[in-house]
Amino acid sequence: MTSLQPFSLRLAGTDKQVSYPAERPAIVLFVKEDCPTCREILPLVAELKSACGEALDLHVLGQTEAGNLLLAETLGAVLDDSDLKVSFACDVDTVLSLFFEGEQPLVGFVREEWRDFWGGVADEHGLDLGAIDWQSLPEWRPGCGSLSADPMNAERLQAEAENSPLRARRIEVGSLDDEFEFMFDQGFSDGLPLVPPTPERVMRMLAGTSLDAQEVIAVVPPNMGEATVEKVAINAVMAGCRPEYLPVVLASLKAVCSDEYNIHGVMATTMGASPVLVVNGPIRNRLGMNMGLGALGQGNRANATIGRAVRLAVRNIGGAQPGGTERSTLGNPMKFTMCFAEWEERSPWAPMHVERGYQADESVVSIYTATSGPVLIVDQTSRSASQLAGSFGLSLESIFGPKQHYASDTLVVVCPEHVDTFVRDGYSKADIRARIQEVTARPIRELLADDISGTGFPADFADGKDAQALDRPLPKFRSEADIHIAVAGADAGKFSGAFHGWATGEIGSISVSQSIDPFI
Amino acid sequence: MTVILDPTNERVPVTRQLTPRPPGITGTVAFLDITKPRGNVLIDRMESLLAERLPDVEFKRFAKPTFTKPAPDALREEVRAEADFVIEALAD
Repeated sequence: MTSLQPFSLRLAGTDKQVSYPAERPAIVLFVKEDCPTCREILPLVAELKSACGEALDLHVLGQTEAGNLLLAETLGAVLDDSDLKVSFACDVDTVLSLFFEGEQPLVGFVREEWRDFWGGVADEHGLDLGAIDWQSLPEWRPGCGSLSADPMNAERLQAEAENSPLRARRIEVGSLDDEFEFMFDQGFSDGLPLVPPTPERVMRMLAGTSLDAQEVIAVVPPNMGEATVEKVAINAVMAGCRPEYLPVVLASLKAVCSDEYNIHGVMATTMGASPVLVVNGPIRNRLGMNMGLGALGQGNRANATIGRAVRLAVRNIGGAQPGGTERSTLGNPMKFTMCFAEWEERSPWAPMHVERGYQADESVVSIYTATSGPVLIVDQTSRSASQLAGSFGLSLESIFGPKQHYASDTLVVVCPEHVDTFVRDGYSKADIRARIQEVTARPIRELLADDISGTGFPADFADGKDAQALDRPLPKFRSEADIHIAVAGADAGKFSGAFHGWATGEIGSISVSQSIDPFI
Repeated sequence: MTVILDPTNERVPVTRQLTPRPPGITGTVAFLDITKPRGNVLIDRMESLLAERLPDVEFKRFAKPTFTKPAPDALREEVRAEADFVIEALAD
């Protein structure tokens, strides 16, 4: 709201401080030396200052350090607001602007307004304005934009203002230090350079959500750090996100910190698991996410930085760091980032979020835990849907090893050419799932540990079981619901992909979805 | 000079002190199995060895519901209430 705020400023070119309010009533005028209107009105201002005498103060606040010295040559005394804090606090968007306590400011120069205003002041305070030739002055001049409203400065000023939404500790990086090296040294990084999270950048990032900056979105294990919107925004800046990506990052962080998802276990496991983010709904297109050619790879800013921001938030807010509570034997590149969008328009089936009970026009992120992937399913020769889904099943046998059934889940990403094969035969997602279970079903006796491999059911699992029990076929997955399906990829190429899961279910991690819309 | 905002939770970790080492093992010893494969094998062996050396000590078994999550508070309370010592079988 535009109103005069208390200030204490230095007189340009001196060490003397001038404060407002003081004993004498005061009128405050915001100017900028290179504003043509200000320059044109300057002689009038000089006359007015002189006329004010001891009756009241006319404070002139200038907005640039060098310009203030020039203005002072004409006016004698100019208050230096070159850091723009007073201009910002008073919400000045135009120079010149004339403020008098309790009255609406006069913005720009309208001769009649100024004459009426100063006439009133003269009557009240006994000023002699008789020497002023109002008719020689222009009738109207618009003024210029205030530097405090310039986009170059506005975020910095908002961040520095007393009512700033920022509460995070400010870290000063020495002028001789390289801020990129500094951030590596502090352990903030995943190993790649970070964008320095300056207050200005974090302010811009916060514009991506309507939520309060101090709202706690999640409590992040293992250190149970509170993820405020501000802290998530800081990590999103470091990851390279644009502000409009922030709601996806916030929704994802809330989802991974749920008990069902269990990010603590996902990060801590020696198996080397990592979240995979699948984005559905209208926000995919608004953010320009990649769901086509190379969707699971590099090259798209939204895909790359949203996934990275979630991982950085878990690292920095939660404290999960390799060698600390993150103890992956090999690790995997998905621990940098893994996020893509489903190509709903290229799919004949209900998209992932609709399968999970959301509306088609809702934006949703679904999180799945992967230990490997995407593992390619190469099938350029199957011509029928049942053959192709059969190939999917045979490929998925390799999750954890062919003898390990009922152990994990999978996220299968069906490429468009494979979609077409399924469509030709009228295959639904349910048909694909059923076929995968059908072709992977093995008698329990074939899944026992033996001389070839010690994996599978322990050898003594067969003790006391009759032949019929051992002949019972067991499919790869405990349930068809453990086969998650999304569509993505380029129009050319018969190469689908599968992410291999981790410990699935209540023992480990359950795939979860979260609506993004409440975070916008 | 550049100013950046702290991306961490800004918590200073609490320095925890070790409990003073007791002069001997008496009372009850808890075995906490985090339920990873073969944790019971380790605990069975330890119990038989310790039982030989500490005939007057009682041993109790506890288990986490899943190794992938921290022990629930109720389980921690139970172990603390019922045992003087705890031996945890970590990993496989």
